Amino acid sequence: MEGVMSHASDLNLKATELRLGLPGTDERDDVESVARNNKRALPESANDSGSKGGKSIDHENAPAPKAQIVGWPPVRSYRKNNLEAKKTETETGMYVKVSMDGAPYLRKIDLSIYNGYAELLKALESMFKLTIGDYSEREGYKGSEYAPAYEDKDGDLMLVGDVPWDMFMSSCKRLRIMKGSDASGLGCGV
Amino acid sequence: MCLFQSVMNYFPEEVLEHVFDFLTSHRDRNAVSLVCKSWYSVERFSREKVFIGNCYAVDPERLIARFPRVRSLTLKGKPHFADFNLVPHDWGGYVYPWIEAMAKNGINLEELRLKRMVVSDESLELLAKSFPNFKSLVLVSCDGFSTDGLAAIASNCRFLRELDLQENEVDDRKGQWLSCFPDTCTSLVSLNFACLKGEASVAALERLVARCRNLRSLRLNHAVPLDTLQKILVQAPQLNDLGTGTFVHDPDSDAYCKLKNAIKKCKSIRSLSGFLDVNTRCLPAVYPICTNLTSLNLSYAPGIYSSELIKLICHCKKLERLWILDTIGDKGLDVVASTCKELQELRVFPSDLYGVGNAAVTEEGLVAVSAGCPKLNSLLYFCQQMTNAALITVAKNCPNFIRFRLCTLDPTIPDAVTNQPLDEGFGAIVQSCKGLKRLSVSGLLTDQVFLYIGMYAEQLEMLSIAFAGDSDKGMLYVLNGCKKLKKLEIRDSPFGNVALLADVGKYETMRSLWMSSCEVTFGACKTLAEKMPRLNVEIINEGEQIEASPDDRHRVEKMYLYRTLVGPRRDAPDFVWTL
Repeated sequence: MEGVMSHASDLNLKATELRLGLPGTDERDDVESVARNNKRALPESANDSGSKGGKSIDHENAPAPKAQIVGWPPVRSYRKNNLEAKKTETETGMYVKVSMDGAPYLRKIDLSIYNGYAELLKALESMFKLTIGDYSEREGYKGSEYAPAYEDKDGDLMLVGDVPWDMFMSSCKRLRIMKGSDASGLGCGV
Repeated sequence: MCLFQSVMNYFPEEVLEHVFDFLTSHRDRNAVSLVCKSWYSVERFSREKVFIGNCYAVDPERLIARFPRVRSLTLKGKPHFADFNLVPHDWGGYVYPWIEAMAKNGINLEELRLKRMVVSDESLELLAKSFPNFKSLVLVSCDGFSTDGLAAIASNCRFLRELDLQENEVDDRKGQWLSCFPDTCTSLVSLNFACLKGEASVAALERLVARCRNLRSLRLNHAVPLDTLQKILVQAPQLNDLGTGTFVHDPDSDAYCKLKNAIKKCKSIRSLSGFLDVNTRCLPAVYPICTNLTSLNLSYAPGIYSSELIKLICHCKKLERLWILDTIGDKGLDVVASTCKELQELRVFPSDLYGVGNAAVTEEGLVAVSAGCPKLNSLLYFCQQMTNAALITVAKNCPNFIRFRLCTLDPTIPDAVTNQPLDEGFGAIVQSCKGLKRLSVSGLLTDQVFLYIGMYAEQLEMLSIAFAGDSDKGMLYVLNGCKKLKKLEIRDSPFGNVALLADVGKYETMRSLWMSSCEVTFGACKTLAEKMPRLNVEIINEGEQIEASPDDRHRVEKMYLYRTLVGPRRDAPDFVWTL
C-alpha cells in the first residue's frame, strides 16, 4: 500500500478531511504496518483447481494477490463448491461426444466455444471432412449427404438447428452425424 | 426485602411456571433463573428449549442435570471461520455424545437444531431410534452423514414434522431414503433436501406430498425435474414456502403449460427459492405468485441474468427478504430500491469468486437500496468496490441496521474515489446504527475504524475483522469499548500479545475469540491459559510445529479460545493443543 499513502500525501487530503475522531487523535503513519498487512503472503488456496492463476483486478492500488487467499472472499464452502460446479459446466467447456455413422471412434467438442449453429457446423464439417449443407426449417439439411442430430435431455434424437442456440446448448447431451439416407425421417426432404 | 421474599414465596410454583411460560427468549429465561434459588429451580424444571452457542462450553451431563425436561436443543459447533476453510476438517464438534447422553437419560427429545457440527450416520440412527416423539431435525452447515442416516430418520420417526437440511455436505449414497417414509407418515410440515446432490425417488416424493396434507414448506434438490414439480404443486397448493429443483423445460410444451396453471393455484406461497438449473424462458410461470412473496432466494441461480432478474423482481412488491447474486448489478439494485419498499434483509453474494469479473456490484447499488428501502436492517454485501461517501449516505438513510456485513472482493481495497481507508465510512455506520449487533468490516482499514467501533457500537455482539488495523491499539479499542461483545473473530491483522493480554477477564464475558495469522505468540497464549482456567485456549497446528514445546516467541497461526465450564475437551485431535 506504499502507493496509496504517497498518493494521498501528494494531494494532502488528510489535512482538509472532516473526521469523526476525537480531537488530537494522531493520524497513523505506520505505513510499514499497513504495507505489512497486504504483503502478508498467504499460502496457496486449497481451492486452486479452477484458479485463474493470479490474475489481478485492474486496480492500481491492490498489490495483494487475488485468488490465492485462503477463505477469501468469505463464502461458505458449500456455496463455493456449488458455484464452481456450475461454472465448470458453463465456463470451462461443455464437452459433448460426437459420433459419426460408420466412423471407428467418437470425437468430443466443446459447445461453449461456438457462438451459433453456423460455427458449430463448420467445425463439424472440418473435423469429419464432410459437408452438411444448409438448414431450412421445412426441409432440414436437404441435399446434403449428412445431417447433424443430437440427443437431448429426454433422450430423444433431434435435428440440430430447430431451437434457439442457448436452448440447444443446455439440452444437448451428445451429437450424432447421420448419413443422409438414415436422416430422411428427421426432416430432410424426401 | 423480607416482605418481598415472603410475598414471592406465597405464589405457588405452578403460578411461577405459568408466568415463565410467557418468556420465550433464552436470555429472559436465563435472567429469571438468576433471581433467587426458588426461581432458578422452577425455571430449570420448566425449561423446554435450550440454546447452547458453543457445544464445548458445557457438556451433555450438565445439560441433562440442569434441564431434565428439555425437549428442544440447539447446538453450535465449529467456529464461524470453519465455513471458509480456516478450520481443519476433524477439529471437532461431534453431536454423538449429546444424543447418546440424552438417550441414556430418557430425555423426551422432540427437536434438534445443529449448526456447523459433525453428524454421523450413527448419530442419526441413534437419534431416530431413541426418541419416540421426535419431531424436528434442522441441520445447517453440518457434515459427516449420508443419505443412509436420513433413511434412518425417515423410517423411524413416526411423528416427524420437520426435516430441514441447509447447506450441508451430504454423502449421497443414491439410496432410496425418500421411500423410507412409511405410508403411515402424514405428519410432515417441512421438508428441505435442496442440498442433496443425488437423484431422489420422484415417485416416493409425489406420494409423500400427496399424503402429508399439512405440508407447508418444501425445498427440492436439482434432481427433481419440472414435471414432477408440477405434479407436486397440484397435490399441495397449500404450500407457503417452495424451493424448486430444476426449472428447465421447453416453454412451448404441455408440461410447462400445466405448471403455469398449477403455480397460479398456489396462492399461499410467500417464500420462493431454488432455480438450481434454469431456463429463463420458463421464469414467467412464477410471476403470478411474485406479488405475494415476502422472501426470495435466487442466490443459487447463476443462470438467471440481470435482465431476467429485473423482470422478476418488478413483480415482487412485498418482498422483505432478498438473497441474490451480484449478477443483478447496480442497475438491478436500483430496481429493487424502487420496487421493494418493504425490504428488510438483503444479501448479495459474489458470482465470480476470483474477483476478476465484470459482474459485480459497487457502492452505487447499495446506496440506491438504502435510499429506496427505509426498513432495511440486515445486510450482507459482496462488492467490487466501496467509498466512504457511500457508507456515510447509507448510514444516514438506514439507521436501523442490526446486521451489517460488507465484504469487498479485494480485502484491502481503499475508497474507490479518494483512495483513503474506509474508516470514516464504517465509523458513520456504527455511529448512526445504535442497535447494531453484528458487523463485518473489510477494505483498507486502520486502527481508526476500531476507535469508532469501540466508541459507538454499544450493542455490538459479533465482530469480524480481516486484513485490517495497524497495531494492538485497534484490538484494544474494541475490547475496551464494546461491552456487549460476544464473538470476536480476526484474521490476518497485526494484533498481538499486548492486545490479547490487556484484559484477560473480558474473555469470560464473551463466547469466543478467534485469531489467525495475527501477531500473537505461543508464550502469550500460554500465559492467558494459565491466568484463566475457565477458558479453553486452543492452538491449531497444521503440520508446522509438532515439537513438544515450541518456542514461546513463535507466532501462533491459529488460536481459538472460548469460555467453558467443563475444562479442556477430550475429543480434540492431535493437531489441536489446549494450553
